[in-house]
Amino acid sequence: MNDATHSHDDHGHGHDEAPHFTRRGYLIGFLLSVVLTAIPFWLVMTGALQNPAVTTILIIGFAVVQILVHTVCFLHVNTRAEGGWTLMAYVFTAVLVVIVLAGSLWIMYHLNSNMMPMPSAEMGAPS
Amino acid sequence: MAADAVTEPHATELSFYDVEDKHHHAPGGSTLIGFWIYLMSDALIFATLFATYGVLSTSYAGGPAPHEIFELPLVALNTALLLTSSITYGFAVIAMQEDKLRATQLWLAVTGLLGAGFVGIELFEFGNLIAEGATPQRSAFLSAFFTLVSTHGLHVTFGIIWVGVMLVQLGQRGLIAENKRRLMCLSMFWHFLDVVWIGVFTFVYLLGALR
Repeated sequence: MNDATHSHDDHGHGHDEAPHFTRRGYLIGFLLSVVLTAIPFWLVMTGALQNPAVTTILIIGFAVVQILVHTVCFLHVNTRAEGGWTLMAYVFTAVLVVIVLAGSLWIMYHLNSNMMPMPSAEMGAPS
Repeated sequence: MAADAVTEPHATELSFYDVEDKHHHAPGGSTLIGFWIYLMSDALIFATLFATYGVLSTSYAGGPAPHEIFELPLVALNTALLLTSSITYGFAVIAMQEDKLRATQLWLAVTGLLGAGFVGIELFEFGNLIAEGATPQRSAFLSAFFTLVSTHGLHVTFGIIWVGVMLVQLGQRGLIAENKRRLMCLSMFWHFLDVVWIGVFTFVYLLGALR
């Protein structure tokens, strides 16, 4: 019984092998995130691009890429961690986040534009 | 163990049930995935706050618009602090892997200080806004703004408290397995808050300044 427990513990230990994170991985993530943060701030603060629509799309693109960089380099999400369940939960959450965000904005935008025009002067006036 | 003894005589017959499988992981082996699930549910809280902010972000009610009140240099400084705290926490994790207690404590303390700087600057910014009359009750836009940003700030505050608790635990027990597990949970928490901040500075501050 004692032997069995012992070998079981060993097994648990071997199985538990914590993934080894490297200094290099963190540094790459940090450098990428510095670049991906600096560019959007520079774009907005200097108004380097005259077109706000293009700037908007660009900075959202940079944010999405930076979130992915942080997820891989800092949060260490990959297909192997916890037998893939970390990634599975992450993807599921990402889908929910997109549905909540896009759905809310889309629906509320249309509700707004389909409202009867209500000039603010009339709204405040006693009827 | 008692269960083992009982099932042993029937091992050949009952192998189908594979009782051992439940003990496959070391104690606390499922903590990391459990904490990850918590973080994902936290992400949904932030998603709803972002959605609320997105819907209300142009409802100024005659109050100030984002580009009139946001100070981007301050936000850039805050972002730099939080980004740097991410890499310093990374160094703490690496020191932990190499079983270097002093280095782990040092990097953890640096991370906590950077986090404290972040919260301090955020409170300074909130103070300025409120002094200018841009209070949460001024407009729907400002309500949503304060709710979203201060929820993130509150998370960072709890992260700093957690860093303090870990420093005490490391001081008392050193780099035992339990403390390593806790440090990995805090690592996920801290980096997760950084990810949320990417959303905040992009969608709230940068897009707000463009509008």
